[in-house]
Amino acid sequence: MSGPSTYNPKSGFEKWIDQRLPLPRLMHDTMQTFPTPRNLNIWYTFGGILTFCLGVQILTGVVLAMHYVANAGMAFDSVEAIMRDVNYGWLMRYIHSNGASMFFLAVYIHMFRGLYYGSYKAPRELLWIIGVFIYLLMMATAFFGYVLPWGQMSFWGATVITNLFSAIPLVGTQIATWLWGDFAVGDATLNRFFSLHYLLPFIIAGVVGLHVWALHVPGNNNPLGIDVKSPQDTVPFHPYYTVKDAFYLCLFVLLFAVFVFYAPNFFGNPDNYVQANPLVTPPDIVPEWYLLPFYAMLRSIPNKLMGVLVMGGAIVTLFFIPWLDTSRVRSCRFRPLMKQFFWAFAVVCVILGYCGSQSVDAAVAGIPLIWAARLATFYYFLFFWILMPIIGLIETPKKLPTSIAQSVLGEPAAAPAE
Amino acid sequence: MTATTMDGTRRDFLYVASGAMAVVGAAATAWPFIDQMNPTAAALAMATTEIDIASVQPGQQIVYKWRGHPLFVRRRTPAEIASSKAVDVSSLPDPLARNANKPDSAPATDDERVIKSEWLVLIGVCTHLGCTPTVSTPASPEGEYGGWLCHCHGSQYDASGRIRKGPAPQNLAVPPYAFLSDTRIKVG
Repeated sequence: MSGPSTYNPKSGFEKWIDQRLPLPRLMHDTMQTFPTPRNLNIWYTFGGILTFCLGVQILTGVVLAMHYVANAGMAFDSVEAIMRDVNYGWLMRYIHSNGASMFFLAVYIHMFRGLYYGSYKAPRELLWIIGVFIYLLMMATAFFGYVLPWGQMSFWGATVITNLFSAIPLVGTQIATWLWGDFAVGDATLNRFFSLHYLLPFIIAGVVGLHVWALHVPGNNNPLGIDVKSPQDTVPFHPYYTVKDAFYLCLFVLLFAVFVFYAPNFFGNPDNYVQANPLVTPPDIVPEWYLLPFYAMLRSIPNKLMGVLVMGGAIVTLFFIPWLDTSRVRSCRFRPLMKQFFWAFAVVCVILGYCGSQSVDAAVAGIPLIWAARLATFYYFLFFWILMPIIGLIETPKKLPTSIAQSVLGEPAAAPAE
Repeated sequence: MTATTMDGTRRDFLYVASGAMAVVGAAATAWPFIDQMNPTAAALAMATTEIDIASVQPGQQIVYKWRGHPLFVRRRTPAEIASSKAVDVSSLPDPLARNANKPDSAPATDDERVIKSEWLVLIGVCTHLGCTPTVSTPASPEGEYGGWLCHCHGSQYDASGRIRKGPAPQNLAVPPYAFLSDTRIKVG
């Protein structure tokens, strides 16, 4: 933690605890007095929102596991029993299934915020990399969870994703068989996916601990992207940011509740209310919305191994961003050129998502979508591996403010803000 | 001096030996945890299925289940057989027959894909990512090659089950099977 501890145990009991396990000191220093830049905006509230999402998923997930049966013959019916017979089972399941979508919505905002304000740059490289690991764990957890209801999309999604490993030369087929525990996706697969789906969220919670630790060493980045220079630039975390986080969390929960209570199947696929049938593939297999951009990349390459490598490469690329960005300025607020390419990248991600949601031979205004997906995939890699290093070298950034306090409060003599 | 060197060497030896032993032990312990994920003895027991194919009409395909996978049995029309035989093997993306009843090096000619030309028996698993391709009939054509179209990612197969277009790398696999009589086959 940055700076010396300001914790001051008052009662004898607090002193007794502090000398044996200084947990109250840790909480005090990280969640109360932690010096936080005074200019954090709405986009910085998603860290807290994500923690909330993880908690909601674990809580509802533990409840669902009390009623769910991980058996290929009974899983589908047990989910229907949760929906119809278990007291408030429908609520638990709808919170859990929509919670996954809300979790990814929040994590994408969180990641794009980090990209825009250069939060991955020194000294926060490890913080970013740990975040990418959390994202990978989230994708794995969501995939395992999507298989559990044992509907048609569950089954065929599991088939397609596990078959990705069969693209590996020589040992690919053995790896796929090892993942399935059979010669096709079946009961053995469902059982192990349930086990892993229960395990991974707790691993995520542990890695989130590392993420917060790695955040609290250098402290928060901020929308200006400049370092904290004096105590004037910061405020204590509590009450300023606890209240700000709580306020935006309430708005987020409002949106969450709209989906749970008014459109609970908005993110779902009707085919998943049909029980898994190994003999019939649904006409259009689509993953959940949060994986669509990667799915579009996979489909746009007309070669099995290359398609899988490109899709994997798109995620692996994220680990290298701290070193691909050569600029000395963090925030896009002061990077006129990078800002434009950043927004183009955001649009490209949406285009990829749209392409992934359509059937392979779809076209818009006469243009086959597969070509749109190919161009978008090309830009994805171009942005990170070519544009990002070059722009950092050739761009002339705008003048940076001298300090956070000066930027927020105006000149030192000006009237106090907020 | 000598004693110190001796002591150091001995200590190094013990250090390396116990370290190596620990690595071997860790690997030996890890293996059961990895291998337990592989198919169980029950799943490994090679299932064989006998199928009565008398009811399959010319131009029709019937789907059976074999080892958890769809099994296609297609009774081909003379036109389908003729068009499959006419294909130049050197123009195919996958030049191998992929037929469990023939040598691994057999070329992907139509004759090497079947036992009797009229009957095409295939594992109905797209060699791309494992979906079940949809059969093409003159009434409802699927794809350009009169065989199968996989709707997942657009792979197209001809009336011999050979990959012609799309991301799939291999021809549809032919399982081991034998004719017990003119209307009965044993698969597996």
